[in-house]
Amino acid sequence: MTRTHLIRQQPAGKAETLRFTPHRVAGQAGTSFKPEHFAAILEDPPQQGFFEVHAENYMGAGGPAHAALEAIRRDYPVSIHGVCMSLGGPSPLDPQHLERFRILVERYEPAMVSEHLAWSTHENVFFNDLLPLPYNLTTLLHVCEHVDRMQSTIGRRILLENPSTYVAFDHSTISETDFLAEVVRRTGCGLLLDINNVFVSAANHRFSPITYLEAFPLNAVDEVHLAGHAEQVDSEGQPVLIDSHDGPVADAVWQLYETIIARCGAVPTLIEWDSEIPDWPVLRAEALAAQEILDRHGATGQVRDAAE
Amino acid sequence: MSKASISTVLLAGAITSALSTLAIAGPLTKAEADAAVAAKKEKCFGVSLKGQNDCAAGPGTTCQGSSTKDFQGNAWKFVQGGTCTSLQLPGDRKGSLTPLTRDT
Amino acid sequence: MVRQGRCVMPQNNTVQLSQSGGEQAFLFSSGLLAPDSPVPKDLRSPQGTVLADRYNIYRNNVTVGLINAVASIFPAVQRITGPDFFRAMARFYIRAKPPSSPLLFEYGRDFAEFIEAYEYAQTMPWLPDVARIERAWLDAYYAADADGLDPARLAAIPQERVGLIRFTMHPATRIVRSLHPAVSIFSQNRADGEVLPVDDRPEDALITRSGNQVQVRLLDSGAAEFLVALSDGAHLQDAAQVGLSLNPDLDLARLIAVMLEANVFSSLEMDHIDD
Repeated sequence: MTRTHLIRQQPAGKAETLRFTPHRVAGQAGTSFKPEHFAAILEDPPQQGFFEVHAENYMGAGGPAHAALEAIRRDYPVSIHGVCMSLGGPSPLDPQHLERFRILVERYEPAMVSEHLAWSTHENVFFNDLLPLPYNLTTLLHVCEHVDRMQSTIGRRILLENPSTYVAFDHSTISETDFLAEVVRRTGCGLLLDINNVFVSAANHRFSPITYLEAFPLNAVDEVHLAGHAEQVDSEGQPVLIDSHDGPVADAVWQLYETIIARCGAVPTLIEWDSEIPDWPVLRAEALAAQEILDRHGATGQVRDAAE
Repeated sequence: MSKASISTVLLAGAITSALSTLAIAGPLTKAEADAAVAAKKEKCFGVSLKGQNDCAAGPGTTCQGSSTKDFQGNAWKFVQGGTCTSLQLPGDRKGSLTPLTRDT
Repeated sequence: MVRQGRCVMPQNNTVQLSQSGGEQAFLFSSGLLAPDSPVPKDLRSPQGTVLADRYNIYRNNVTVGLINAVASIFPAVQRITGPDFFRAMARFYIRAKPPSSPLLFEYGRDFAEFIEAYEYAQTMPWLPDVARIERAWLDAYYAADADGLDPARLAAIPQERVGLIRFTMHPATRIVRSLHPAVSIFSQNRADGEVLPVDDRPEDALITRSGNQVQVRLLDSGAAEFLVALSDGAHLQDAAQVGLSLNPDLDLARLIAVMLEANVFSSLEMDHIDD
């Protein structure tokens, strides 16, 4: 860790002060980095790909978490995915949390930085869930202000992720896709398109995922997420999908994914798996399946990289 | 300068002895050895899972049955499932769980 | 820093300025940790579906997610009580003391106090101290990195001056003192394995991080006071005096050896003597 301190004392922002090789993330498929896979990854390192971590899990001062992420970052591009900035809430962002985020981005030089169109903190209570917001002018102004604040604090563009939701709001006056397009237009942020979220929300609100994707500002998409979901029924026997991240990506989601990649080119794609975490080869196989689709369309389409 | 009532010779002797035995300093007690073993096991099984933030939106919701209603539960159904009853402390300080069923 | 004005309200905007986001978030969050409160107004779900079931998904995610976080931080407490008791207790805890920090590894700092006051845990007076050891374990895990004290630095101090050494504690070092055999109970329950009866006696825990490994040690009587004195900045000779006055049999040589091995200290300094 001594190395960290020495290097940090150099002036920031110069190319020669980069601590890590800037590995390319363009056209690649990656996975969530789970500490229980660390040993397996070191033993059988993937030839390509990237790893995504939840920012908050690396906001401790030191210890094994950072040691593992440093080792991963030496050999792979890393994406930092915030799960609790609460960009979608009405309250001002937590300045402490913003500062922790800034330091993390400075430390790991991630290929991509993303957050959610959701909120998780209200009146000093952290709910540890990605909660939904109505889409109207009031919330648009809040979100834009928060995205601006986050981007200016960490000094780079973020990707905003579309949510999965179980309820809608009477006071929504704008569609989710128009809302996201307007945030992009006003803040210059990019988008993280979570295709499983689209599928889950479409099923839960009974709209067509294709119609949604046709209205989605695909030009702004610099990363795609894929994950597993669970099928349940409510007390009336009506189906409801849960964004559970606890299994393989569903076939219908793979199909939507292929449609999107065929249209947009080889956008960096991440397989998320957060619960009932399988052995590393299982997760890796999901990423290889995505890589195959990326490679197939990357040859003919454009290869996209996340903009800095 | 603080007044020392412990002799410097004794202290220096302790340090010399400590440094010479450093490589072979064993655990203090059986409990410590057990704790060390526990820590080692945890390391192998991925300790860093503790207190992790996830964006899985459905922890527990996909498990079958009652867990989908885990948010409810002022229902108190304490079953003796833990190890505490084995911990038998001497005297009256025996560890125990009082099994209760109390719905509020 | 904040680029105000980039998000200006467009002219001729016909979008209805509806209920403020603030009120909305307040309404939505009000029922998340309150199972008996009604579903907030303003929500809807498709015809034929049950809106309450939909809102309950959020309630459940929040509740289960926070209980799981507590369970992951306090695995020994959960093993001792069994999962049913633990989850019931944790459910009351997360409602009474929901996290204020978005960093879940910071959660549970007042869990031991909660257990102390929890009616159904009164027969386990040692349980809060087991929770304190587990919380300290996680603190040590995430504590700042620092090199441990190099024994050569201690060896280099002239013998006649060793009494005036002051140590700086490693950022991960923690001490938990208990009137109960909390260390023995912790160590038997932190992993699977047989649980044996333990002697009822006070036990003090030393929690350290060496390399990437958190370690928990049982301290001899008097050793905790010795370390607390050192941590408060006392000279070695004064700290040793504190320890020996409480336990004349305290084996200083072995204690110092274990301290070095456990990475208790990160550095030392000498006070200069005026000759």
